[in-house]
Amino acid sequence: MKMNWKQVTFVAAACAVCASVFVSSANAADWGQYEVDDRRSGFTYMTDESRAMQVDSFQNPGMIWVEQGAELWTEVNGKAGKSCASCHEDATAAMKGVAARYPVYDEGAKTLQSVETQINHCLENNMQAEPYKWESTEMLSMTSFINNQSLGMPVDVKIDGPAAEWYEKGKAFYYERRGQLDMACKHCHEDNAGGIIRANTLTQGQVNGFPTYRLKWQKVGSIHRRFRGCNKQVRSAPFGYGSDEYLALELYVKWRGRGLPVETPAVRN
Amino acid sequence: MPSLKSFIPAFAAATLLASVATADDHLVKYEVVDYGIAKSLTGKAGDPAAGEKAFVNRKQGNCLACHQVTKLSAHPFHGEIGPSLDGVAERYEEPQLRLQVVNAKAINPDTIMPAFYRTDGFHRVLKKFKDKTVLTAQQVEDIVAYLKTFK
Ligand code: HEC
Ligand code: HEC
Ligand code: HEC
Repeated sequence: MKMNWKQVTFVAAACAVCASVFVSSANAADWGQYEVDDRRSGFTYMTDESRAMQVDSFQNPGMIWVEQGAELWTEVNGKAGKSCASCHEDATAAMKGVAARYPVYDEGAKTLQSVETQINHCLENNMQAEPYKWESTEMLSMTSFINNQSLGMPVDVKIDGPAAEWYEKGKAFYYERRGQLDMACKHCHEDNAGGIIRANTLTQGQVNGFPTYRLKWQKVGSIHRRFRGCNKQVRSAPFGYGSDEYLALELYVKWRGRGLPVETPAVRN
Repeated sequence: MPSLKSFIPAFAAATLLASVATADDHLVKYEVVDYGIAKSLTGKAGDPAAGEKAFVNRKQGNCLACHQVTKLSAHPFHGEIGPSLDGVAERYEEPQLRLQVVNAKAINPDTIMPAFYRTDGFHRVLKKFKDKTVLTAQQVEDIVAYLKTFK
């Protein structure tokens, strides 16, 4: 039986226990929206159970953060006495497409803005509130909520104009060997995607599903947390959350996944 | 404070090598001929039993992360990034096996396989591992001796 993942998504929503559907589709060549040319979402490398869990919003454990984010959206915070909703109103309209476009170069701030840094920009400048810490529950909830508004939209980041410099920096990072084990991102995610390293199947290392719920973490995590983990496992000193290095890398890696759907919150091993 | 005994040889070695200062100066010197290193790094043959331990240890060789070895099937999770090492001693001589472990990049500059006895030319190494080799010269020799049993 051959099915594509657009159909499977409907089946899963209708019937969460149709495990046999996923077993037979594992060998199907057609991954639907999860594959664009030679670019494949991490989704296509996961187990059938993880995929079933992701596409069913009642089962997806990452939805807890999305719901927490929805609550924060309307909560008044800071000296200006405002909530996000005071200005942006309905998030389903105002935040739709953000995850597909970001990170973007911000002419005003003269820097590359990720969803996290944009949220903190609004907290500090528009609400006179404290910024969220990068990997805090508040930030993960808000980014999960905002990115979830773009669910299914194709990734489409801008890499020309002032973003070009960031893109080039991120690309150089991707191909540079680092750490005592002396590997670049490309050695695992480009040369060996689909290969098995220890007990893990390597994917293309795409970022279209972040924040992702990682079964190993038992919670959602940011793109930069993942970058830090991938740096540390080759025994390389990681960069800071929100560092220019990781923002540039985020833009480049996001571009590598152009056309893939936003999957937030994705479920990954 | 270091004792005089340990201080003097270290100082003497430093002056001797000062003219060819590279980051790998504290390592055993070796010569690469025909994609191989003929001489043992320790001057002695390694111990294959110790080699097996360093080979499977995840903090040392961790060779099974990428390679399959049938006789080690009792250990779970053999990776598939590199080729099976079954019969590798029939395909290569000892000098080639030694260079493959010491610095695989001398054979294939683009390889994913780490250089297990090298410290120079690395970028942003975690402090804990700075200027340290993944394996000691002794462990390299033990692993080479172990690989020679793969017939
Ligand atoms: C006082 C009004 C105001 C408040 C309150 C506010 N924002 Fe904003 N926000 C803006 C404006 C104006 C922009 C567009 C330009 C800019 O300032 O960057 C913006 C832009 C954004 C963007 C980028 C949208 C895009 O399409 O590029 C995001 C994401 C965002 N805000 C999130 C939030 C969140 C989350 C909160 C609550 C924590 C919040 N904002 C609170 C005014 C506000
Ligand atoms: C030693 C191999 C290795 C290297 C080198 C490596 N990674 Fe990974 N990475 C993994 C493994 C294993 C996983 C978990 C399985 C998977 O998704 O590939 C992973 C996962 C990821 C993911 C999550 C993918 C998803 O679908 O959620 C991203 C993003 C990622 N890596 C980015 C990077 C970047 C960027 C670099 C370079 C800084 C890098 N990795 C270097 C092994 C590596
Ligand atoms: C990150 C993955 C990785 C690790 C870890 C690794 N290797 Fe390799 N190894 C490879 C790859 C890939 C090749 C294929 C040749 C190449 O890439 O140049 C290879 C090739 C070899 C070869 C030559 C095999 C042949 O048939 O040509 C030997 C011998 C070898 N490795 C031994 C080891 C030993 C011993 C260890 C542990 C100390 C080890 N490898 C750790 C990836 C790895």
